[in-house]
Amino acid sequence: MKPYIREKSTFTFDEIPEETCFEAGYLVTVNSGWRSVTPYVDADRCIGCSQCYLYCPDGVISMDGKVPVLDYDFCKGCGICSKICPRQAIEMR
Amino acid sequence: MKMNINALDRNEYFYGHKACAGCGGSLAVRAALKVLGERTAAVLPAGCMSAVGFNFPQLCFGNNAIISMFAGTASMLTGVEAGLRRKGHRDFHAVGFAGDGGTADIGIQALSGAIDRGDDIIYICYDNEAYMNTGIQKSGLTPYGARTTTTPAGANIHGNIRPKKNMFEIAAAHDIPYAATATVGYLNDFISKVEKASKIKGTKYIHVIAPCPTGWGIPVSDTVEVAREIVDCGLWYLAEYENGEYKLDRDPGEFASAENYLRRQGRFRHLTDQDIHTIITSRDRKWEKIRKEWK
Ligand SMILES: Cc1ncc(C[n+]2csc(CCOP(=O)(O)OP(=O)(O)O)c2C)c(N)n1
Ligand code: SF4
Ligand code: SF4
Ligand code: SF4
Ligand SMILES: [Mg+2]
Repeated sequence: MKPYIREKSTFTFDEIPEETCFEAGYLVTVNSGWRSVTPYVDADRCIGCSQCYLYCPDGVISMDGKVPVLDYDFCKGCGICSKICPRQAIEMR
Repeated sequence: MKMNINALDRNEYFYGHKACAGCGGSLAVRAALKVLGERTAAVLPAGCMSAVGFNFPQLCFGNNAIISMFAGTASMLTGVEAGLRRKGHRDFHAVGFAGDGGTADIGIQALSGAIDRGDDIIYICYDNEAYMNTGIQKSGLTPYGARTTTTPAGANIHGNIRPKKNMFEIAAAHDIPYAATATVGYLNDFISKVEKASKIKGTKYIHVIAPCPTGWGIPVSDTVEVAREIVDCGLWYLAEYENGEYKLDRDPGEFASAENYLRRQGRFRHLTDQDIHTIITSRDRKWEKIRKEWK
């Protein structure tokens, strides 16, 4: 299952589990605030090779068929996708 | 090795983590879990990947995952695997993701014990070549010449004076069923090796180079490029050990410039030409052996 943002982000002391276990994939904060530059895909240049999807350390690129789709909530703006793209189809700005 | 991107699990199992932008370790964990899938119990000792993956209530693994104590990755894997099996589970993987410090230093005896028992586990060492989570201290896998906070570069001593421990061959020396080296720079190769390991019974060890922009002093966009260059310039190699034999997966032939690889990183910036010569000489000696002995 892919971790996803939940409605509840704060817990009172009474709610914190006593066991050292909790639900998997429980996200309460995004990472977009870390970004100083943002990747944008130029659909005309993109050939759908999936390299950006494969190498994104945060896994925020998914392929909708041949089209890369970015989850900007979790992209940190590292620029690895832009560097790896064989068609220079991803611009950081 | 061959790998089909489309055959890879589309799901993400390591998501929303708080690793630095461009973190190579997080790429290794993400890629491996896409191969192993949801029916995988992951064990992560103290280190960056547990620190960035479990910040209650931000829990970034989509599969079962647990933090072990620093030294205990392999022993906890033993317990997890035995426990799941005893409860009647089949078709699952027990995988560990430990750093270089957690593997080659403090966790080495637990790993050695697990290999000796032949426990059915996959142990992945993501090697960022220092204790990153505690602020870049030298580990047994820090390479010669690297500057860390405990191996500073000064006028007399130019960073780390010890060579990198050879963990791949240490694991292989146990006559382990499968051991391999990899890099996050060549993910097809890494992914194929994880897949291969997942189909072999007994203990599997994979050592993957995972650059850390923070500790290596490289731009966050360069992680993958640097992780390729280390292989292309011969300072790392892609190899396997199986059925008692070593196998070299890729011979770069003519090496790319090791000097370029070193000079682009902050941790090596102080190196003199003589230091670089020393590094290249030891690389060439190693490759002479590799080319002679590994088919
Ligand atoms: C027994 C013990 N000693 C020391 C520590 C402190 N500690 C936590 S993470 C860490 C560094 C881990 O380095 P490494 O295994 O290379 O992983 P990285 O952080 O580089 O990913 C240390 C020393 C600890 N948690 N437990
Ligand atoms: S900038 Fe980095 S985090 Fe954002 S999509 Fe590209 S590779 Fe992923
Ligand atoms: S790497 Fe470039 S060409 Fe390939 S899918 Fe991504 S954007 Fe398109
Ligand atoms: S310090 Fe290095 S290894 Fe740790 S999260 Fe940051 S980039 Fe990754
Ligand atoms: Mg480390």
